[in-house]
Amino acid sequence: MKGTEGLFKPDSLTPMQKLALRFVVVGILYYGIVVVEGMIMRIYQIKPIPMFNSEHYFSILTAHPLVGIFGSSYSIVFGAFLFLVPFFMKKPLWSIKLGNWTFGLVTGGTFVFWFSDFISHFAPLYTLYWPLPADFTQFNPLSGAIFILGIALVMVGTLLFVFNIFKTITYTPEGYEKISGRSLLASATGFSWAESIFRKKSKRRENLVSLPVAAIARGSVDTFLNALIITFTGVLILIYMVAAILGHNLEHSLIDALLYKNWFWWGLDLIADGLVLIFVAGTWYILATLITGKDLYMAKIARLALWVELVVSWTVWSHHLLSDQAQPGILKIVSGELVTAFELITQGLAFFITLITLWSARPLKMSNPLKFLLGGLLGFGLAVPAGIIQADIGLNRILHNTQWIVGPHVHVAILVGLTMTLYSAIYLLLPILTNGAKLYSQKLANFHFWAHLIGGVGMGAFMGMAGLKGMLRRTIYYEGEYRIYMILAGICGSLLLLAFLAFLYNIIMTVGVKGVIGIFMPSKLSTKELLPENPK
Amino acid sequence: MVDSELVLNGQTIAYTCYAIVVILFIFGFGYLITKPGKAGVLKTSLFVVLVVILTVLGVSLHIATSKTIPWVKMDLNRSKIKPDKVFTITMEKHQILLPEEKLEAKVGQIVVFDVISKDLTYGFGIFRQNHSMVCQMQVIPGHKNDLMWKFEEAGIYSIRSTEYSGPKGHNMIINDALIITE
Repeated sequence: MKGTEGLFKPDSLTPMQKLALRFVVVGILYYGIVVVEGMIMRIYQIKPIPMFNSEHYFSILTAHPLVGIFGSSYSIVFGAFLFLVPFFMKKPLWSIKLGNWTFGLVTGGTFVFWFSDFISHFAPLYTLYWPLPADFTQFNPLSGAIFILGIALVMVGTLLFVFNIFKTITYTPEGYEKISGRSLLASATGFSWAESIFRKKSKRRENLVSLPVAAIARGSVDTFLNALIITFTGVLILIYMVAAILGHNLEHSLIDALLYKNWFWWGLDLIADGLVLIFVAGTWYILATLITGKDLYMAKIARLALWVELVVSWTVWSHHLLSDQAQPGILKIVSGELVTAFELITQGLAFFITLITLWSARPLKMSNPLKFLLGGLLGFGLAVPAGIIQADIGLNRILHNTQWIVGPHVHVAILVGLTMTLYSAIYLLLPILTNGAKLYSQKLANFHFWAHLIGGVGMGAFMGMAGLKGMLRRTIYYEGEYRIYMILAGICGSLLLLAFLAFLYNIIMTVGVKGVIGIFMPSKLSTKELLPENPK
Repeated sequence: MVDSELVLNGQTIAYTCYAIVVILFIFGFGYLITKPGKAGVLKTSLFVVLVVILTVLGVSLHIATSKTIPWVKMDLNRSKIKPDKVFTITMEKHQILLPEEKLEAKVGQIVVFDVISKDLTYGFGIFRQNHSMVCQMQVIPGHKNDLMWKFEEAGIYSIRSTEYSGPKGHNMIINDALIITE
């Protein structure tokens, strides 16, 4: 009930520690929903389950990535960065209240769209290809409207997060030395670097923000732009839904489906090719420096690569339209192929810089943060080239919409690359955020690592093999055409579920049930500081 | 023309080899960083070599496929190529509506599938009897969706929507829709 050796005392936590831990707890719980629903789909793909009809299956498929991205990943990332930006900037968060609003909106919004989907089976999938979300011969406009409302709540929470991060970077708290907010913003976003290349070396200014904060800031630019696009798209769909509820059927052809697809993928790639890659690279750098205690190797190049990745993320969306015959060929070649290939360079550099930083500090103890960091590196080492392969006009013709896309690329990137990186950060920050709680079981942590790694890579591999044999995504096969691959993918999915359960049990036993509840109680300390003066 | 099955087999081998190398590399790295040793200083020239290798790899893939995969050039220049046959297919209300004429062509003929959507976004995919994919394209309402293809193997092929169009359309398939003869 009280955690390992009673070391975790929620009453000793500052408001900032509680804020970060709340995000992490909710992120982990939503990940649990994602894994369970993922297993339902895995079983369905082996053999359709009678208690779920196809409408239900596709509603699960709709909620699954959105809960994973917004409910789980956004929660953990927002919680970590709201703590780390003040940590690295050595000043308090601009607004803890705003941080708690972000928590409430992301948590609540995710529940709203998930629950609406659960009840009503609104199933246009996360891609929302026009005019499917407004096809009221298949979907109820009221349930769709509630679904969109849930997404909107998450987007408002996201915008508040971005605002809070940038205000924290640029403001000067009372009693602190005044630094120009504009200069801080320019350094964080990379504009001061861009401007300085036209100056003589002797007249170039020092970086005002650290590399981790630069990474968080640049990823937050894409987070902001994406939130605007998703909000706008949601409002557009909502107009059709409200009109239908009021008895008017608006003409679908008022919105050009191809233009919509370009707009939507431009926005969505700000997550997939923007903030994910930038935040992950930044997290790798933070982890490498904290694990080793050394400076990052080639930090200036790392900073430059983050800026390049930000710009690249704005220009790659056409790799989602390589099989759209009406998409101009020039966009397919330049945006879809050549600029996308740049991500091999930016992620390759991040990969290399992280490895060299670790190498320079050997011998290292194979701690939990280190092994999960290596797992995260492996995940992107597998998933990024898989993505480059499918972002090719010739290969896309035979790979698009197959299980190859969602197996070796999407799931390996998210489950192994991103999630293992986040786990590394959780294991590393756990003692800091909990004022010294001791992990309940190293054996469970070891099991968590191996089961997650083998499960994630294996599931991606078997899905990919099925995809190369022609198995489509978003399709139910009733004749068992790919059963053997789906059985093997299902076994690997089970490993992922067991890994999660081991981790969940380990964390609950570490902090205790009372500790988990205590995280959500108001803090007894009245301070804006990250850590208490006297933790015990 | 090289068949898509050959390309997929090649990709399977290439990616599998790559994946094994990366996995072994990370495991080897993980083992070695727990051992003492001289870190050394990495020369800047080696770093530059890495950037060059990554750039070449990224660009060369597309150059290689554009030279070796024949449907790339054909697809990008299809408006300038005169097809031997054109089949117009309509997709509406989750149905694939084939033309009255039989979908028949010979090996080596250039065929265009002109697919029209009257409502939703669909996909158009051609599949072999063993369910493997020959080729596919997206079908967007209000736009021209034409896929030019040259079949290398005789056989009977199925047509299937490769894009999700809602629960009602998840099983849009016409078996044995297309016959390619020698």
